[in-house]
Amino acid sequence: MTATGFYHALKVDEDKCYGCTHCMNVCPTTAIRIKNGVANIRPDWCVDCGECMRACPVDAIFVEQDDFNRILDYKCRVALVPAVLIGQFPEKVTEAEIFSVMRELGFTHVFQTEHTSGLIKRTMIEAAREAEEKPVISSFCPAIVRLIQIKFPALLDQVLPVKPPIDASAVYFRKRLEDEGYAPEEIGIFYVTPCAAKIAAVKSPVGEQESPLDGVINMQFIYNKIYKLIKSRHETSSISPGEMLPFLSPAAIKYSLTGGEASHMEGRCLAIDEIHNVIEFLEKLENDEIDRVDFLELRACDQSCAGGVLVGGNRFLTTERLNKRAGRFKGVADIPGDIKAYTHFMEQNLDIGPLEPRSMMALDEDMGEAMRKMQQVRHLMCFLPGIDCAACGAPNCQSLAEDIVRRESQLSACVFIQRMMEKHRKLSGEHALKIIEKIWGANRLDKDCDKKGAENNTEV
Amino acid sequence: MKPGSSLFIDFEMKFKYEIEGGNFSKAGNASSAVKKILKQLNVPPSIIKKLVVALYEGEVNVVAHAWNGCIRVDIETDRIFVSIEDEGPGIPDIAQAMQEGFSTASQAVREMGFGAGMGLPNMKKNADVLDIRSDVGKGTVVEITTFLKKQE
Repeated sequence: MTATGFYHALKVDEDKCYGCTHCMNVCPTTAIRIKNGVANIRPDWCVDCGECMRACPVDAIFVEQDDFNRILDYKCRVALVPAVLIGQFPEKVTEAEIFSVMRELGFTHVFQTEHTSGLIKRTMIEAAREAEEKPVISSFCPAIVRLIQIKFPALLDQVLPVKPPIDASAVYFRKRLEDEGYAPEEIGIFYVTPCAAKIAAVKSPVGEQESPLDGVINMQFIYNKIYKLIKSRHETSSISPGEMLPFLSPAAIKYSLTGGEASHMEGRCLAIDEIHNVIEFLEKLENDEIDRVDFLELRACDQSCAGGVLVGGNRFLTTERLNKRAGRFKGVADIPGDIKAYTHFMEQNLDIGPLEPRSMMALDEDMGEAMRKMQQVRHLMCFLPGIDCAACGAPNCQSLAEDIVRRESQLSACVFIQRMMEKHRKLSGEHALKIIEKIWGANRLDKDCDKKGAENNTEV
Repeated sequence: MKPGSSLFIDFEMKFKYEIEGGNFSKAGNASSAVKKILKQLNVPPSIIKKLVVALYEGEVNVVAHAWNGCIRVDIETDRIFVSIEDEGPGIPDIAQAMQEGFSTASQAVREMGFGAGMGLPNMKKNADVLDIRSDVGKGTVVEITTFLKKQE
């Protein structure tokens, strides 16, 4: 059976949201509807890709984050940082400086997410060799795994059951710290996330039962804190060199960028970024139109994690900086010595567990009933204008028709149908306005000179 | 409806798609459209996959060999029936065409990644029933039937 009750990181601030449809129009899974003047995200359809957050003109869509002070609940406070955090800072800021400031912020340990990427790659290559069906798909991006669960369930078997670096590294460093003598409950591992999907993946993991992480920290939030401290240090010219972390190999530094996995797998490998591009490609893959491809690296964001919705810096500059940095670390081993000692332990802990389908496409569980509903949808489409104006609070006419059949909307939500009903005297103008207010909020059509772009609005 | 076959009224849906011979950039559009419908009807993913693979092969065959064609899909709760009918050169020897690797595709078509001679064999593998009739110089009719298991 399909699983339910998934946690989502993306939330709508109902005070800020004014129901402008930007998010609804970009959502790749048509998960958003406008009701009472604000955006509503359908939990079963959302994959936490963050496109809505990017599109929002008033920052009404936000990610829920753990209280930073929660790190103080633990004796051993670990920050797990991905390479893209470094990529955001200007070049004159050194990695050592960044990590030393993070310790000042309260962390006792700073570890790098890509520390385990070499081992993951090796495990993926082995798993890909044994795979019956090609191409195999990387499980790296949690938004993509969720997308496959809800939209392409037939491809789930092709997802490689190997943990991505975030989970593998959390498992690894936890084990190391336990071996150093810390009790399990003393260790708190916090991931500094560049995106919403990884927050959701930590709060409700897609495969395994429990996440190896204890919390998530918004990268934007920590970036501001770090940068502020570094700035004040530079002013007082008391730059401490900070403690060095183990070097990452060039491949590890570039792992979360586009091509980071595909360039190291065997056979014909493709790297595709940006969620709409991924959907277009998976449609073809599902039809068996794609021939003789061995491996797919699929990432929801343009420029992969450098383009994460919580990455403040420009994604192209971040990519450039990481590429430059990788150039400086030629010769660093892909699988660090400390990991080699834990190879046996890691091999037993890299599996992601079964991935269940969460199909959102079906009109009904029962096929006969679904056929009847589809017939109703087609009948409704005879009346809807096909303008896809979204004035009904759904992204297009087809979605409205399906919502009506699911009993989540009504035909009179369409402003053009309202006109026709008024013409045939089946609807009063007053009633029509009430319907509009139900979707777009009370007094939505009243004159308001303070709204964005209006006379009194001085914010530019 | 077959008399006395069910206590319920059998429900049936029919769809039709035109295929343009020679237009490879659109090959697959009909298969994608059918796939979307089957997903909405909650047909099990494994069955959708088999049918859509067979359908795509059939669609490409029409694009590669025929002048024009048409796909008809007839969906009932216990089976899906697809007929792919084209106006084209026809298949002189169907038994030969069913052999893996046999191909009459031109070099130009092969360079586009089609015409490896796996089309009909692959369709047979993915269809529960495959029926081919051809009239040389006139056209070909390929019929695919996929049975749906009773839902538990």
